[in-house]
Amino acid sequence: MIERLLVYGGLAGFLFLVSIPFWFSDQSSKHQPPSLSVNSSKGHCVESRAFMRANHMKLLEKWRDDVVRHGNRIHVSTDGRVFQKSLTHTCIDCHENREEFCGQCHSTLNVKTYCWECHVTPLEVQ
Amino acid sequence: MKKNKRRDFLKISGAGALAGVGLVTGLIEKTVVGSESPTQRKTTKEKIRWGMVIDMNKCRDDCTKCIDACHVTHNVPDFVNPKDEIKWIYKSPRKKVFPNISQEFSTKGQKEKPFLALCNQCADPPCTKVCPTGATFSRPDGIVQMDFHRCIGCRYCMAGCPYGSRSFNWRDPRPAIKKIDSAFPTRERGVVEKCNFCVERLEKNLLPSCVETCPEGVLTFGNLNDPDSNVRKLIESQPTMQRKPELGTRPSVFYIT
Amino acid sequence: MLENALKGGRSYWVLVSVLLVIFLLGVLAYSRQLSEGLTITGMSRDVSWGIYIAQFTFLVGVAASAVMVVLPYYLHDYKEFGKVVLLGEFLAVSSIIMCLMFILADMGKPERALYVILHPHPKSIMFWDMLSLTGYLVLNLFSAWGVLTAESKGVSPPIWVKPVIYLSIPWAVSIHTVTAFLYSGLPGRHLWLTAVLAPRFLASAFTAGPALLILLALLLRRTVGYDVGAKAIAKLAMIITYAALIHFFLVGMEFFTAFYSNIPSHIHGLEYLFFGLDGKSNLVPFLRISFILGLLSLLILLIPTLRHSTPWLAAASAGLFVSIWIDKGIGLILGGFVPSPMEEVVEYIPGFLEVCITLGIWAFGFLLLTVFYKMVVSVKRI
Repeated sequence: MIERLLVYGGLAGFLFLVSIPFWFSDQSSKHQPPSLSVNSSKGHCVESRAFMRANHMKLLEKWRDDVVRHGNRIHVSTDGRVFQKSLTHTCIDCHENREEFCGQCHSTLNVKTYCWECHVTPLEVQ
Repeated sequence: MKKNKRRDFLKISGAGALAGVGLVTGLIEKTVVGSESPTQRKTTKEKIRWGMVIDMNKCRDDCTKCIDACHVTHNVPDFVNPKDEIKWIYKSPRKKVFPNISQEFSTKGQKEKPFLALCNQCADPPCTKVCPTGATFSRPDGIVQMDFHRCIGCRYCMAGCPYGSRSFNWRDPRPAIKKIDSAFPTRERGVVEKCNFCVERLEKNLLPSCVETCPEGVLTFGNLNDPDSNVRKLIESQPTMQRKPELGTRPSVFYIT
Repeated sequence: MLENALKGGRSYWVLVSVLLVIFLLGVLAYSRQLSEGLTITGMSRDVSWGIYIAQFTFLVGVAASAVMVVLPYYLHDYKEFGKVVLLGEFLAVSSIIMCLMFILADMGKPERALYVILHPHPKSIMFWDMLSLTGYLVLNLFSAWGVLTAESKGVSPPIWVKPVIYLSIPWAVSIHTVTAFLYSGLPGRHLWLTAVLAPRFLASAFTAGPALLILLALLLRRTVGYDVGAKAIAKLAMIITYAALIHFFLVGMEFFTAFYSNIPSHIHGLEYLFFGLDGKSNLVPFLRISFILGLLSLLILLIPTLRHSTPWLAAASAGLFVSIWIDKGIGLILGGFVPSPMEEVVEYIPGFLEVCITLGIWAFGFLLLTVFYKMVVSVKRI
């Protein structure tokens, strides 16, 4: 008898503990997706927004290996424009504030990047 | 009973050796260097081999302009503790840069004359051979490149280099950089670094910082594979020396003493 | 099987607790290293490998030495080693795990450790070292565990154990040869650039490893009454005597080539270690003690009455172990960087945290060994 109480009580307690984030989260304020400002004075990004959203990490990794390991610094975008493969000189040229642009999504989703351990943006050095 | 055991042992060793050979050939095929960019080849047949000639007769003992230019361009940190020191190009007495030159009957001035030392960008480098991840590798144009993204910080390349050209980031370099230039990344703690022959400037058809900055014309930079280049002309017109050529590394830096 | 390690007397738990405490202090020290970097060590631009790599080099030798008991027992049916074979194999397992920990501790970017597998570079000896060490760990762990489990159940070992053990025999020689190759192929390091390095490594390994095994066996006999047998101990004593003879012979060879040829680059390494160079000599006392201790221990072992006497044997084994630990661990690795390629003598003194991390890893190794030996002793008693 007492075992049954302990077992079912324990299960209930465990289920409660495991679902605590749902009970105590702030349900009133819905999650606001980060709003990223776009500097449209410099034209379009290297690729489309949809492509970048899904693939910017792969693109950056490929650029990294292309530049450092193969000396291949020219990127031709899908619409035929030519860019330099560079985080600091191409991407940051438009998206100047990396905390505001990259940082917003990355810190919201807690996806740590180590780009900035080495790469420096002009804004930071001022 | 005993005979069977030894036979089993020999069978296993034989099978193991065959498997090992198979594994090795499979792996070697996988690690072929990737594609080269067209900017690195002059023609389809002739590769560029970047090299440098340093004329120590023109170098002023007290001048460090090339060192300062390099270290500022590349965000090389300046640590207080000599243990943590990082240097890409530096001066050291002749007896240390060229220990094989006999010092018997040399004057103190000759022995102690500050000589420039930097990565020799060897054509047959021991450092790239020993790197377990390929983080340091030879480019087709002869430059020994560092991939800081891949370096695991094992420092085997530092043990392999016979010239003491390499430095390690024992601590975070940023606090020790006087003024960070955003055009070139800093490095992070835990990776090895060294002179890169200003590869990022070469891609823009600029000379390396040290070469451009030197007011006395000590440093000449060019393509060693081009018989009409300035460096080849210097090497062919007078006796030049390389550091420790007997080690078979084939350095790309030549000295006029 | 591991449950045997959870039952023990007071002295067992005291030992485990002490080792755990030292290990935890090492973990604390390592967390400091993770946040500040390897600057907390005594390593510098000129001496870029220190006691971490030195311990790794020494311990690969101890791990390889398991072959000295495995080969006679499994390949030549030397039944007298029956009670000591598992001790040797588990010593190999603990040593290899310590090696891997020391390598991780020494890395600038340990989070990228798997790049050695993700981006293989077969031209680098370090790649082969990684393969051979992990292979050896797997071989010994599986075979020792398999044999012990079978024994605990009173059945004969599974059929795959024999081929695994046979493979581990040449593999043991290979792990230490590959580790020697890490050093002996570097053109700029003249203390290491010798063909004799790999044979030296093997000879010193086959001295130090079985010497430790003798000490551990004597300790087990004294503390828990697990007796590997007088014949086994005597045979081990004979093995380390011959291995020590070869080791000192090879050291002598190094001295001859260096000093008779009179080539400065050949001489300077040994000169720094044994006599001092440019007025700097902080390793000289260590190397001289190592030399004298080692020779004295060998002398004791060469006298049969002393070799058969337990206190003398224990002293000689301890002496040889310490002597070779200094010679390989401190002398060879640190000495390889002196003089630097720029002919400078830069000395190395380990940092406090560096020593803590080192002791922590040793404690962990001994903790593993304690657990393994507890298992072996418990199973063999049944």
